Amino acid sequence: MVNNEKLLSVKDITKVFSIGGLLTGTRLTAVNEVYFEMGSANPEIFTLAGESGSGKTTLARLILHDIELTHGSIFYRGTDVTTIRNRKERMRFMERVQPIFQNPFETFNPLKRVDTYLYATAVNYGIAKSGESTDGVVDDALRSVGLSLQEVRGRYPHELSGGQLQRVSVARALIPRPSLLIADEPVSMVDASLRMSIVNLFKELKEKSGVSIIYITHDLATAYYISDRIAIMLRGNFVEMGPVEKVLSEPLHPYTKILKESVPKPVLGEKWKDKIELSTLEAKEFARVGCKFAGRCPSVMDICKKEDPKNFLLDERTVKCHLYAKQFKNSIL
Amino acid sequence: MISTIKNLYEHDRRFRFAFIVIIGIIIFSSLSFFSPYDPDSSYDVPSDQSPSIKYFFGTSSRGQDIFWKMTFAIRNSLLFGISTALLSRIISILVGLTAGYKGGIGDRILMSINDSFIVIPILPLLILFNFIFQEKMSLFLLSLIMACLGWAWDARLIRSQVLSLKEREFTRTAVYSGMKSLPITLKEHLPFVMPIVFATMINNMLWSMGLEVSLAVLGLSDINTPTIGTTIYWANQHQALVAGVWWWIAAPIAISTLLFIGLYLLFASLNQYIDPRTRLLRMGG
Amino acid sequence: MGILKVENLKAYYMTDVYGTKRTVRAIDGISVEIKENEIFGIAGESSCGKTTFMKVLSGAVKPPLTVVGGKVLYNFGNGSLDILSLQKDELRKIRWKSISCILQGSMSVLNPVRKIYKTFRDFVEAHQKIEKKGDFMRQMRDHLGKLGLPREVLKAYPHHLSGGMKQRVTIALATIFKPSVIIADEPTTALDVIVQRGVLQLLKEIQKEQKNTIILVTHDMAVHANIADRIAIMYAGRIVEEAKAGDILENSLHPYTQHLIDSLPMIGDKSHRVSIPGVPPNLANPPSGCRFHPRCSSVMGICREEVPPLIEVGDRHKVACFLVSKESGDGK
Repeated sequence: MVNNEKLLSVKDITKVFSIGGLLTGTRLTAVNEVYFEMGSANPEIFTLAGESGSGKTTLARLILHDIELTHGSIFYRGTDVTTIRNRKERMRFMERVQPIFQNPFETFNPLKRVDTYLYATAVNYGIAKSGESTDGVVDDALRSVGLSLQEVRGRYPHELSGGQLQRVSVARALIPRPSLLIADEPVSMVDASLRMSIVNLFKELKEKSGVSIIYITHDLATAYYISDRIAIMLRGNFVEMGPVEKVLSEPLHPYTKILKESVPKPVLGEKWKDKIELSTLEAKEFARVGCKFAGRCPSVMDICKKEDPKNFLLDERTVKCHLYAKQFKNSIL
Repeated sequence: MISTIKNLYEHDRRFRFAFIVIIGIIIFSSLSFFSPYDPDSSYDVPSDQSPSIKYFFGTSSRGQDIFWKMTFAIRNSLLFGISTALLSRIISILVGLTAGYKGGIGDRILMSINDSFIVIPILPLLILFNFIFQEKMSLFLLSLIMACLGWAWDARLIRSQVLSLKEREFTRTAVYSGMKSLPITLKEHLPFVMPIVFATMINNMLWSMGLEVSLAVLGLSDINTPTIGTTIYWANQHQALVAGVWWWIAAPIAISTLLFIGLYLLFASLNQYIDPRTRLLRMGG
Repeated sequence: MGILKVENLKAYYMTDVYGTKRTVRAIDGISVEIKENEIFGIAGESSCGKTTFMKVLSGAVKPPLTVVGGKVLYNFGNGSLDILSLQKDELRKIRWKSISCILQGSMSVLNPVRKIYKTFRDFVEAHQKIEKKGDFMRQMRDHLGKLGLPREVLKAYPHHLSGGMKQRVTIALATIFKPSVIIADEPTTALDVIVQRGVLQLLKEIQKEQKNTIILVTHDMAVHANIADRIAIMYAGRIVEEAKAGDILENSLHPYTQHLIDSLPMIGDKSHRVSIPGVPPNLANPPSGCRFHPRCSSVMGICREEVPPLIEVGDRHKVACFLVSKESGDGK
């Protein structure tokens, strides 16, 4: 099945972890039947938003093929990523799809100079042969993130700030000229005063360099600020996916509504009024039959506890909620 | 190198003590090259003389000057300990790094071999080897055998360290920088593993030198080569304590105690110095 | 006076590793007064000294951290008490009973192999004798009930509970003795937004019920906007602005505060936001004069040479900036 139109197609992927021994162990579905596509015509920033334990990091690692799928398939420009076996194919894939990690202080070995990673990337992907030309490649990459080789050369990670390190991390990822970046919580460890500069950098990369970005975050405010589309994840499921203005401004799924309401706002007079229901025991939600949110949902119905809701297509987005079953018969899946 | 020693010498009391003791012992053992007596000959001097200006450590019942005899014994024991420790370090680094980084089936095979070595009782095995080789047993052969028996715990330690390093983000950065597994292991992980290697090196030296003493005292090592152990063996053979020739036993015990304490302190301070956390603090992080 | 008065506090980290001497001036001249029965927010970036400040306030000063000067005076209704001059056992007496701490990773105070109620019992027994077990259990259930926590958590092991529930249990634990001051250092940073909301609401509930003072430290201005009465903004070991929450959010005077608030994105607003230029200073070698001057867009000559004093400009609104002190000086 070849689909050349799409940059990335993620087709009904599922990841089940087995925890514990043979007899006493349990199975945990970290990612459940997730489906989405990213077009190659226009670069976009696609946000995966969710709380801890929602499976967003697992999903990122699946797309990067760091861990094996349980079932489903992932196509990058028509090539099945899950069949990559040898190093050559792996290198070709990594050249196109690069990650950016959460903690800039952990991204680089504290005992090594940060520029060694930039040079290694340039040489290993054959972008530069060696010597002078490598300096040029590395400098270009650093300049595209607002730094220069002069500032970074010979520096150890502890000599740079979190914001600078995260820029270096982006610069490194850009050296093989990828078309997709997967950034897992790239600003959560960066200081508040520097955070927006990194977020703006992603926006700029999309607009000027045409790089698509999967932005993984729990922070809905920055998600709204930079992304084109967003998927809200809950316990391995996409509960709502669509254009960010739609999903966050007029959320349909009860979980999205509560999530959005709970984001504190840095303005006066917007304090929370009603009290919130929290899950006492986390493991129960994963094992729950039917909708994972049924235990906390204010508009819960009987069916929610029995049956997993389908994805309903309405108002430019998909919503995985029984509330919309009656109104709209045109369900997909 | 020199600045490191100077740095440590100035700021660490343990290092200062250990450094002086070990340099002293090394000088002492290298005096063996200037010994007026052959290490194997006996009755060169009057027997059973107590320590004096002429015979610093006294003389033995076999008419040997214990001072010069000990220079050979310490030299051989030190070389024995160092070679055992180095050889077993090589094995444990190789096994630990490979098992840790590669994982999977290779890891499982290596670790089952590793665990077999951990549970093998070593002393009976060494006694068995002595019966097999009999006269052919030399100090070097013994060191080789002990190196082959003494790596397993440390390999496991190194493996567990690498397993945790593998989960750290910078390993993934290295992978996505296109680095292959061998360079990742050597360049990214080895610097974190080195403190363990140093720390286990001291243990291994102490362990092997101690075990050599046990074997020699039982007469199960190459008793014709002077070492700390064989010196005690010969002293016992001549019932030195009963005969009142206490200095024959006192000399090897005193020097080896000093050596062991010195080695322990040296590695304790080095270990702290090369620990990545201290390294970072030194660099000003 | 208020419940807590800090006078010109200076606390440095002094390390000496193989001759490499370093002095990190984590707190460099902080003076602040905190009133009773208020939620006092302290905001700032990482390594601005806010966590060190909390360590000193709770009396947990251990080398390499050294208090170089200043006083931390508490007033629990019986005269003022300098926490820095207390002996270990005196400190133990007031800790948890008068001052209690809730930290970011404070879930670790729960013993993983003991049920929650046993941890509670151990904790209470360390401070006072438990006469009757039945009474104690009823008290604990009441306490949890008041905080809106389900009573079955008492019989659970910590690993049974979700992260948010664990954090709320530690808050319950820290407030058993109705402490006068609660120091909460990034209590919700590792938590999800929904859980964060639950935890913050719980803190507010406690404050209403027990009438204590909460010192809340977080880098998240939005959290402060939701629960703090007053906010102090820290930058590089000093307080640069302090005022009522509303004034900080809407009428801030210090350029750093203004930048910080302007850079925050909000749902429903896609307008361009920019970060403060430059990088946070290294406290081992801080800039001269006003520590914000290398990043400040309105920098003047005096800023590079002199440290601006924290002066009162309005209704309990204090700011340390020459832009403001000049104006008010001219006005007089």
